[in-house]
Amino acid sequence: MGLLPRRYIFSLAAVAATAASLLVTPAAMADFFSPESGGSPNANRIDTLYWITFAIAMVIFAAVIGTLGYCLVKFRARKGAVAAQIHGNTRLEIAWTVGAALILVVLAVVTFAALPGIRDPENSDAAAAAGIVQPVAAHGNKKVPADGKALNIDVNGQQYIWRYTYPDGDDNNLNNPFSYTEMVVPVGVTVTLDIRAQDVAHSWWIPKLGGKMDAVPGYTNYTWFKVIKPGVYHGQCAELCGRNHANMIATVRAVSPAEYKQYIERLKNDTKSADAAAAVSRKKLDANPQANP
Amino acid sequence: MASDTLTETPTAALKPVPEITAHGVQRQRSGLMDWLTTTDHKKIGILYLVTTFVFFILGGVEALMIRLQLGTAQNTLLTPETYNQLFTMHGTTMIFLFVVPIMAGFGNYFVPLMIGARDMAFPRLNALSFWLLLSGGLVFYASIFFTPPEAGWTSYTPLSLEAFSPSGGQDAWIFLVHLTGLSSLVGAVNFYVTIANMRAPGMGWGRLPLFVWTILVYAILLILALPVIAGAVTLLLTDRHFGTGFFDPTQGGSPLLWQHLFWFFGHPEVYIMVLPGFGIISEVLPVFARKPIFGYKAVAASSVVIAFLGLLVWAHHMFTTPSPTVVLVFFMMSSFLIAIPTGVKIFNWVATLWRGTIEFKTPLIFCIGFLSQFLIGGITGIMVAIFPVDWQVHDTYFVVAHFHYVLMGGAVFAIFAGIYYWFPKITGRMLNEPLGKWSFALMFIGFNVTFLIQHTIGMDGMPRRVYEYPDVGHLQLYNQISTVGAFILGLGILLTIINVLRSVKKGPVAGPDPWKGNTLEWFTESPPPLNNFDLVPRIRSVEPMKDIRREVERQSEPALAAASPSAESTLRG
Repeated sequence: MGLLPRRYIFSLAAVAATAASLLVTPAAMADFFSPESGGSPNANRIDTLYWITFAIAMVIFAAVIGTLGYCLVKFRARKGAVAAQIHGNTRLEIAWTVGAALILVVLAVVTFAALPGIRDPENSDAAAAAGIVQPVAAHGNKKVPADGKALNIDVNGQQYIWRYTYPDGDDNNLNNPFSYTEMVVPVGVTVTLDIRAQDVAHSWWIPKLGGKMDAVPGYTNYTWFKVIKPGVYHGQCAELCGRNHANMIATVRAVSPAEYKQYIERLKNDTKSADAAAAVSRKKLDANPQANP
Repeated sequence: MASDTLTETPTAALKPVPEITAHGVQRQRSGLMDWLTTTDHKKIGILYLVTTFVFFILGGVEALMIRLQLGTAQNTLLTPETYNQLFTMHGTTMIFLFVVPIMAGFGNYFVPLMIGARDMAFPRLNALSFWLLLSGGLVFYASIFFTPPEAGWTSYTPLSLEAFSPSGGQDAWIFLVHLTGLSSLVGAVNFYVTIANMRAPGMGWGRLPLFVWTILVYAILLILALPVIAGAVTLLLTDRHFGTGFFDPTQGGSPLLWQHLFWFFGHPEVYIMVLPGFGIISEVLPVFARKPIFGYKAVAASSVVIAFLGLLVWAHHMFTTPSPTVVLVFFMMSSFLIAIPTGVKIFNWVATLWRGTIEFKTPLIFCIGFLSQFLIGGITGIMVAIFPVDWQVHDTYFVVAHFHYVLMGGAVFAIFAGIYYWFPKITGRMLNEPLGKWSFALMFIGFNVTFLIQHTIGMDGMPRRVYEYPDVGHLQLYNQISTVGAFILGLGILLTIINVLRSVKKGPVAGPDPWKGNTLEWFTESPPPLNNFDLVPRIRSVEPMKDIRREVERQSEPALAAASPSAESTLRG
């Protein structure tokens, strides 16, 4: 068959191109094949769950592609070859239907086993938590750590910036410290997030700290993380929110508990001095509306 | 039609029996007027195929512009506004103006031929379907002269409400959904009635060609899913212009309601797009393996099961929304279930090749591309159905890669298999084989280079629908690979366009049955005459043409044996 060599060239080129696109870089192969992880236990457990799925997937892929490839090589039309007129095989068909179902049962069991560790917040490390965590109540979809305490931060998505409101221990929400874009959290403390949006839908996502959760106007969504080691973790809005969606970045800076306390103190003081300066300007304006504060 | 009067075999003599009462003789129109006023299912089919392919090219150009913009980090080639308009146009075009209606194009042309009918049940309604589709496309594309929509093909509220998308482009999108939706609904009813009532004598449900099975299921899914989106976009329209607040949280409306309504349509839409592709694969594989389809009943039934389950999985697009765990679990499990009939199909297709004598013609090669790529899309589909995993990959390039493996690597490769398979029937001429194979090779390589790497891009943290990205890690390199792949893919598609344009006038004459096909469309001339068949044979199996060839062979055995002993010998096996 004159066609044959050309077909091999095509197949080889296809395989080579596919392999090249996979191996073109000496990137850390773990990150190449799996989601980001390493920042928080829930992200790590998603990563593990992903790898189990990936392994099963690779077996199925290899089996099907292997059989397909075998057929294409072995059963190509040759002179004198006669196709077997097989119309089906009920037993075989039942077997692979049941086989497929069994694989899915395995995947479901693995997922349900992994789910609590991913969805339910852990307790904070005792040493880190002192003076930072407060009791938080579970309600609706909101899960809390077993000891009922966490650092609960309010995340508010707006075109095109994230606003974070930190707890300050009193019931008055109007005087809480807050920051934009960069969230500062203590290492080893479980952070529970209340995620909201005030204009269009956004999605909160810091890949190394776990999965994303949408911020939908009119709803509150929840997630959590517990940063394992200090550092800066990057992410960005993951739900189309308008023209500058790409620029709606978010970072989480994880610091020691002591530094965290200092940071909150500084935010409070900054707010206080800004309030004081505003009061002075207001007084000036009250006295002379034409004045330029 | 009084099909009972038709003969058992084409050779038997019969008295002419009038089947249609003519009330007058219509003058044969010529040229443009003929195309504008035609009610012939074949001409309407050609109008569908050509129109949707033009939209495919437009959508493809938009895709290439998207990939150009992403070719380098922090690129300033396109403004964020233009970029958002481009991906909105790309997604909308490919779904509403290409994949769904091109399947109607194949259906229009081939369902009547495959079931031995002389036209669709409602020929004028059929013409209406096409002109509604074209109107939808024109209304939508007219917005490029004003302000195209930019809220994505999903048009999530509140972003698509007037406060955030004041331009008329969003309304053009709504009217596109209305018009193409009406087109598909009318067409779906037509397909259903045609398939239910106009099958050749002897063609019971168990002898219906598998492509026709999938068009039947496609029609039922359209009838079930389209009214929901039609209602939803109407509510969106009144929200935008008449102050109703169905989806506006500031008026007590719910953005999640939009998402539920949208995906209640949007997920069945995926199966609407891919099921007829499955049908094409199920027709082409047996012909080129010279073997019957493995497990006809399982392949037909799995289409029905996929359609049923496909109506129950919509919220797997909403795993990151504020939803209770029990909802996430339900939609994960229902999405798992759909993998079973899909797996059955893949196994049956591979088994169809087993012990066949496979002829590597271009239609078959596109089927192989389909099988390997759709397999990857199906496997990543299971991954994204596991909702904790989806929390990481949702709305990233991983998902972009996943659905392109299903819709481009799957449905579009099946469409190309269909083009190469049926072009001789439609035009009477063969496409060029080497050019077709080069087209496939470039498309296969280009497709995989473009989209395989996108899984990693997504897992590295790049969300979809971003007009720029920072130059961190290997993100720029991966995106460059993807962009290069997109142009290779584009070149491959271009080769097929050239092939079609060259062959339509100059290709070798095909004859009625160049592939030794199994189904009735190969019984008539290429291209078929206006009335399709002078005689419709009685159907005795799923492969009526094989039966007919055997019959002919038996009758002309002595003469044939003398003339060419090897030519027909494979038929008997």
